[in-house]
Amino acid sequence: MKPSESAVHAGHHHRDDTGSKIGMWLFLFTELILFGGMFLAYAVYRLQYPNEFKLAAIELDALVGTVNTIILLTSSLTVALSITAIQEGKKHLAQIMLGMTQVLALAFLVNKYFEWSHKFEVGLFPQSDVLLSKPPGEIIYFGLYYVMTGLHAVHVIIGMAILAVMMGFIASGRIAKDNAVRLELGGLYWHLVDIIWIFLFPLFYLIH
Amino acid sequence: MDHNDQHSHDAPHVVSYGQYVLIWLGLLALTGITVALAGIDLGRWVIVTALVIAAIKSTLVLNIFMHLKFEHRMFRWFVVIALATLAIFFILLFFDYAFH
Repeated sequence: MKPSESAVHAGHHHRDDTGSKIGMWLFLFTELILFGGMFLAYAVYRLQYPNEFKLAAIELDALVGTVNTIILLTSSLTVALSITAIQEGKKHLAQIMLGMTQVLALAFLVNKYFEWSHKFEVGLFPQSDVLLSKPPGEIIYFGLYYVMTGLHAVHVIIGMAILAVMMGFIASGRIAKDNAVRLELGGLYWHLVDIIWIFLFPLFYLIH
Repeated sequence: MDHNDQHSHDAPHVVSYGQYVLIWLGLLALTGITVALAGIDLGRWVIVTALVIAAIKSTLVLNIFMHLKFEHRMFRWFVVIALATLAIFFILLFFDYAFH
């Protein structure tokens, strides 16, 4: 007899994995609307200032954006692999995969740090004299760039914290072969952050 | 029906490591294509191709990494409704923008 079946028969400790997942997806939709609103603002201003957006985008390093895209896609892979590992009862492998995810997430943030510091060095930050001397379309482009990639980076940091808790749950046995739903929910959050970046990357780094 | 529910509840679909790696390779290839296309001047099509490729990548992530393909059909409808809501926002906004 499977554990949850026996739990139901014993009449206590009922677990509702589908219910948990519905809750997580509903939360993800609020995130979609949060970022969606910003993509709306981006769309309107890009229509209004197509040439300024192109000029401003030249300042971004497409290579850094590409490297960070590869890093995030790979981190999504390792999260997905950790779920299969735990479902097969391979606790150790799951931890290694989540550890790799953390390293990749950190690498993403380090890249972001150097990218932003470079922008600051050349004076391209909100309210800087250099930026304010540019045409309105470019100022808006950089405003959107900082807010959208900044909010995304905050999500990466929250995702790292969530996955760190998941690693703790695996160590303590709260996440296990027959009870992996928490890890699945954490994974859903991480993949959403990946999807947001899949759209941010071409919209900011690849305009020519 | 009750029996079916129990079954899907107790035995979640386990995706193989190989399938995940294949999807990852696909995502990397699509990233390569989107970067390569950005180097070519496609004029108005730049944004279209970039968004189409991003949509394909997202579909792969949603279906396989986020297990949507293996979940109850209800989850797919959830996502469709959420995306349709966002699409309505965009359509209404563009109507407003176009006739201003």
